Amino acid sequence: MQLTNRSKVVSKKEMTFVERMYLPAIFSGMMITFSHFFRKKPTIKYPEQTREFSGVFRGQHVLKRDENGAERCTACGLCAVACPAEAITMTAAEREPGEEHLYREEKYAAKYEINMLRCIFCGDCEEACPKEAIFLTDRKVDTMYNRGALVFGKDILVESLENPIDLSKRQTPEVKEFKKQKGYQHNETHDLNTRTEMDPKNPRPVQKKKLGNS
Amino acid sequence: MTLQSLLIYKGIMVLAVFAITLLVATYSTYAERKIAAFLQDRIGPDRAGPFGILQPLADAVKMFMKEEMIPSVSNKALFILGPSIAMLTACLTGVVIPWGKSLWIGGTEYPLQITDLNIGILYLFGVISLGVYGIMIGGWASNNKYSLLGGIRASSQMISYEVAMGLSIIALVMTTGSLSLREIAAQQSGWHWNVVYQPLGCLIFIICAFAETNRAPFDLPECETELVGGYHTEYSSMKLGFFLFAEYINMFISSAVISTFYFGGYNMPFIGRWVHDPNWLAVLGIVFLFVKISFFIFFFMWVRWTLPRFRYDQLMNLGWKILIPLSILNIVITGFVMYFTGSLN
Repeated sequence: MQLTNRSKVVSKKEMTFVERMYLPAIFSGMMITFSHFFRKKPTIKYPEQTREFSGVFRGQHVLKRDENGAERCTACGLCAVACPAEAITMTAAEREPGEEHLYREEKYAAKYEINMLRCIFCGDCEEACPKEAIFLTDRKVDTMYNRGALVFGKDILVESLENPIDLSKRQTPEVKEFKKQKGYQHNETHDLNTRTEMDPKNPRPVQKKKLGNS
Repeated sequence: MTLQSLLIYKGIMVLAVFAITLLVATYSTYAERKIAAFLQDRIGPDRAGPFGILQPLADAVKMFMKEEMIPSVSNKALFILGPSIAMLTACLTGVVIPWGKSLWIGGTEYPLQITDLNIGILYLFGVISLGVYGIMIGGWASNNKYSLLGGIRASSQMISYEVAMGLSIIALVMTTGSLSLREIAAQQSGWHWNVVYQPLGCLIFIICAFAETNRAPFDLPECETELVGGYHTEYSSMKLGFFLFAEYINMFISSAVISTFYFGGYNMPFIGRWVHDPNWLAVLGIVFLFVKISFFIFFFMWVRWTLPRFRYDQLMNLGWKILIPLSILNIVITGFVMYFTGSLN
């Protein structure tokens, strides 16, 4: 089957005298390189210029707050289950009276950690989240001097009250519409049964235990 | 001219040629990187100074500051001798090249050439042949298989291509009737460039010049894809710098020699119509020569970033089976043409 018309039939015929002289071929080759001399260079001079990110670039995560400044995350653990790299762990806790301005629901994540070395930035956690709490942003993950520092806790992940992270590029009306319907699909395709029914010869630790106290 | 003024004049000439040679070689490294970048749709060095113009300085500082390493198993004396010979022979060749016509100051003639040897071509070839010793000794003294292979390749390649180069020059000597470079340059006034009379010889000479300077597509002695760094694998710091620098000086001198032998040297057609003052003509001659040299240096780099490297057997086939028979044929044809046009005296 011919997909493009760029293919060439290779023939190994004897070269003619002109071809064996190589000089015409060398000349045409040099003309090709010379034509590149004046071409526009695609270089981006990095520190002065930066390449613009796509609106849906998947970079460092953020745990959003709601419009009152309370954390949206309710430590349901769906993101941890959805995570193919098993990078997310969390510990849930019950909201005490008087903490309503801090946490939106009665249950919240006392500890929420993402191992940035494991994360593959697929965005499945964002898709799984029923509370619109976790999002991937267009921020790059900082480099660290040791591995431990790359396990990001709530101090880094939760957005600060002073400068909230803008997600308007990611949260277009189409995306919001899609996420509304997706709730049901998500339960069908990513439910826990598919993860427990694994090849018995090659069992993988399931994240269920870590979610036990939720 | 008194002895004193002669010494001063010669001293100035030697220093000027030496300085210009080093300057051109220094900026050839910059030009090489820029041209390589532009031919590959890149920008090249542009951080040191405007457009990266100070890059050679940065490179030189880096080369001097690097740690000096001499392998314990190497032959130390020869290890140091290698780059020294490479650098020395590279700098020696500029002596016989006529950089322009004579300057006339106060009724005294000052030729713009360090010395006009009447066997200039032989001197040139002798010194260029010595250049291979630097690479060979350096490669051998390193006591490293890659270096040794690079050194062997360099010596066999340079010896093979010197034959074809010498034979192509014999045809040139037949037509010009002189071994003095000044004489050859002076004969090519107007459009009487030797490339018109010796096109085949010119082509062979240019190809051999690529091989003699170890430039791509004949850079088998360094051949970084198979031999790590070839003859300079074990070298570091300024000794490595000398080897690399010698290559650029050789390239500059080769370009000057090609321009002088075949492309009219300091001559430019029609310039005599507008400029009559001999001093101005001499100065313009230098400019024209350097324009030609710059073009050939660009040509060297252009070819390097276009053609892939030859395989070793292809290199030897080209040298012995094609270039040498062609250059002998060139001599025969030149002889016949000279005989039948009656230009033989």
